Amino acid sequence: MIKRFILPMVLLIAALPARAEVQIQEVTSPGGLTAWLVEDHSIPFTALELRFRGGARLDSPQAAGATNLMVGLLEEGAADLDSRGFARATEELAAGFSYDLSDDFVSVSARFLSENRDQAIALLRDSLIAPRFDQDAVDRVRQQVLSGILSDEKNPRDIAAQSFRTLIYGDHPYARPQSGSTASVTALTREDLLVAHQNALTRDRVYISAVGDITPADLAAVLDTVLGDLPAKGPALPAPAKLNFPGGTHVTEFETPQSVALFAQPGIAQEDPDFFAAYILDLILGGGSFESRLMQEVREKRGLTYGVYSYLVDKDGASLWMGSVASGNERIAQAIQVIRGEWQKLLATGVTEDDLANAKTYLTGAYPLRFDGNATIAKIMVGMQTSGMPIDYMATRNDRVNAVTMEDMRRVAKRLLDPAALTFVVVGQPQGLPAN
Amino acid sequence: MIRFVAALVATLALSAPLKAAEKVSDFTLDNGMQVVVIEDHRAPVVVHMVWYRAGSADEPPGQSGVAHFLEHLLFKGTDTLEPGEFSATVAKNGGADNAFTSYDYTAYYQRVAADRLPLMMRMESDRMKNLRLSEADIVTERDVILEERNMRVENNPSALFREQKSATQYLNHRYGVPIIGWKHEMEELSLEDALSYYGTYYSPNNAILVVAGDVQPDEVLALAQQFYGPIPANPDLPSERYRSAEPPQTAERRLIFRDARVAQPYVSRSYMAPERDSGAQQDAAALVILSEVLGGSTTSILSEKLQYETQKAIFTGAYYSGGSLDDSTFDLVVVPAPGVTLQQAEDALDDVLAGLVENGIDDDRLERVKMQIRASEIYALDNTEGLANRYGRALTQGLTIQDVQEWPGILDAVTAKDVLSAARNVLDRRQSVTGWLMTEELGQ
Repeated sequence: MIKRFILPMVLLIAALPARAEVQIQEVTSPGGLTAWLVEDHSIPFTALELRFRGGARLDSPQAAGATNLMVGLLEEGAADLDSRGFARATEELAAGFSYDLSDDFVSVSARFLSENRDQAIALLRDSLIAPRFDQDAVDRVRQQVLSGILSDEKNPRDIAAQSFRTLIYGDHPYARPQSGSTASVTALTREDLLVAHQNALTRDRVYISAVGDITPADLAAVLDTVLGDLPAKGPALPAPAKLNFPGGTHVTEFETPQSVALFAQPGIAQEDPDFFAAYILDLILGGGSFESRLMQEVREKRGLTYGVYSYLVDKDGASLWMGSVASGNERIAQAIQVIRGEWQKLLATGVTEDDLANAKTYLTGAYPLRFDGNATIAKIMVGMQTSGMPIDYMATRNDRVNAVTMEDMRRVAKRLLDPAALTFVVVGQPQGLPAN
Repeated sequence: MIRFVAALVATLALSAPLKAAEKVSDFTLDNGMQVVVIEDHRAPVVVHMVWYRAGSADEPPGQSGVAHFLEHLLFKGTDTLEPGEFSATVAKNGGADNAFTSYDYTAYYQRVAADRLPLMMRMESDRMKNLRLSEADIVTERDVILEERNMRVENNPSALFREQKSATQYLNHRYGVPIIGWKHEMEELSLEDALSYYGTYYSPNNAILVVAGDVQPDEVLALAQQFYGPIPANPDLPSERYRSAEPPQTAERRLIFRDARVAQPYVSRSYMAPERDSGAQQDAAALVILSEVLGGSTTSILSEKLQYETQKAIFTGAYYSGGSLDDSTFDLVVVPAPGVTLQQAEDALDDVLAGLVENGIDDDRLERVKMQIRASEIYALDNTEGLANRYGRALTQGLTIQDVQEWPGILDAVTAKDVLSAARNVLDRRQSVTGWLMTEELGQ
């Protein structure tokens, strides 16, 4: 099955919490852990989301990839169960646990049936508190990671992502791939994994949400069971990155028919009072929908690509305004030229009253549609917490969108748009673009 | 541990529902359009979908990709909508819209606030018959689908390999031709090609309306009658979805695909297999269970033997969905560990298969898989759009609503003997294609 267009796989940061009907309760456990809960007893299961601030940036340069390998091993044996025993036990309960890593977070998504919740919770707890890191499991998962690294080295998208990270982030941990390098992963020891485990999963940096068939009292007990025995505090987080936007177009030669490009300029933090105006500006320029200027100019009018997108990235230690496009080698230069032109045009002439009105009706109308399912709502709520939003944010969010004025849009366009800093990284055999 | 597990399975077998508890209603309009309504009142959202019983396998020879090309073109104008206005209107209303094409179907959908359903129906019913295309639309959008092919296929050696492998698997049936089309045929697709396909297949008597979310069935029916009801049925719609059928496969086929961009070689094996047939889904159900037992998770047979015991593989998998109008495939993949050749990986795979066909599967495995399937019906209720897709796919692939609703029960009734018999029928090398994906050979 192939789709008409694909949304980019990125975190669309602009937060975007809930409809008024979603009743969020704050639950605090006897052990002092706090979670947001939406009780909904219509389906007999619960979705639980945990997010630990820290993530891949906690790796030391020597142990690059340690957190990634550690996260991959959480479900490969814990307490008295080895890898296969743990997998069988999970299947027998029909519970689902997934463990994920980003630059800033370790994410754990769990779902479990009401009828065997206690057993499922006990398994989840063991995977977080008492992973075994058995040597055979370490070697097996390490091999999978190494295979993935080799594949990334021959995939134009991954080559572009790495070339981008190196250029923009310099010597900050964000410059390194999360999975590490062949050399660093080969050298990782069990001790490295224990350190990564100790550092990455700590009670002071966890954010929790739950949605579904569970009461506040039961959830409170679950929190202490699952997380109570984790270390209280994690190590200091790395300082923010010093970002480098040299401008220009940076080509990495790779033999493939379609060139892949990533582009970026400085972004804006979510806490910034101008964030909503910037978010609307991005939506109009290239954010997610078919109606964006980039999609209209590059795809609809000229047929230069299947997809072109822009998005605001707000990591803990870096704010970027990013985008991506892919075009045949003979057409990528033109696509880049059109994108640069739209950047200039937006700075020179700004947005129209119509643009702003359409963006507002889209954002405010789309907002309540997000909250349709236990797993979805749980993910949104944990995102609200990591972004520092108040629990009643959803009640005011559309007002904040509607409060953005044309004057705000003009000011923020002037403040943010920086065509000279707009930097392109291209991987492929682009025609009309000199290789570096 | 074993006793504990057995007790648990018994509990679940009693308490987990065998049938999804989704609320489903269905109707048929006078013009032959089928209507399915799935209620979920948890959020004020509706998913509105129109599925056509027409996909890439229904294309005329020489025009591969035209079904998908037309899907793109449906977002151009009609008599009452400017090009692009459809999606722009959905966006202005806070909704999201998209479309997708497969071998057996093409579908269009919008996800909007429940009170915008009439607007969606007005626009979707309009473009069922009133599409207006210009030559300029054709030229630009053809470039877009060629870039889409670049992205999905030409830039991806695994995708190129799969394309070659499907073409090898199907000698005569259109499942051997890629949905997106062969590049040289896509480059020649014309306005006439698109309009011809549109005229043949886009009509209410070839369409299924699926509406899922915060709606009442009688209200949906009234709206469907208002917007889709007046469109006349197409009397010339082919009475049967005629596809050239595959001859019996009597010889094993093999291919080697090399590409310098391959970092991780692997072996892929497919066997011709029956699909789910209306009123007779048992064989397909046994194959679904077989695929899960053999390669559905880290506890499956392939994983235990090849990843844990002999450590000859870093990844293994088995895939079978049974969701297709015509004969399908049962697929296996083995990604060898460093130092293991593709021949050794393939031999190891064949050893496991030989053991399975000889000895069958034990009841513990069967129960674990069934437990997962039963629970997946509970989890599925959390995803209304997924349920809508389930009905849309089934109804465009020759199944009925009753078939969809009986399916979980049929899966649950599969025995170890059924699985063994399915394995013996399907895992026959004479009905297989084996492909090796490799990097370029280094010069001597």
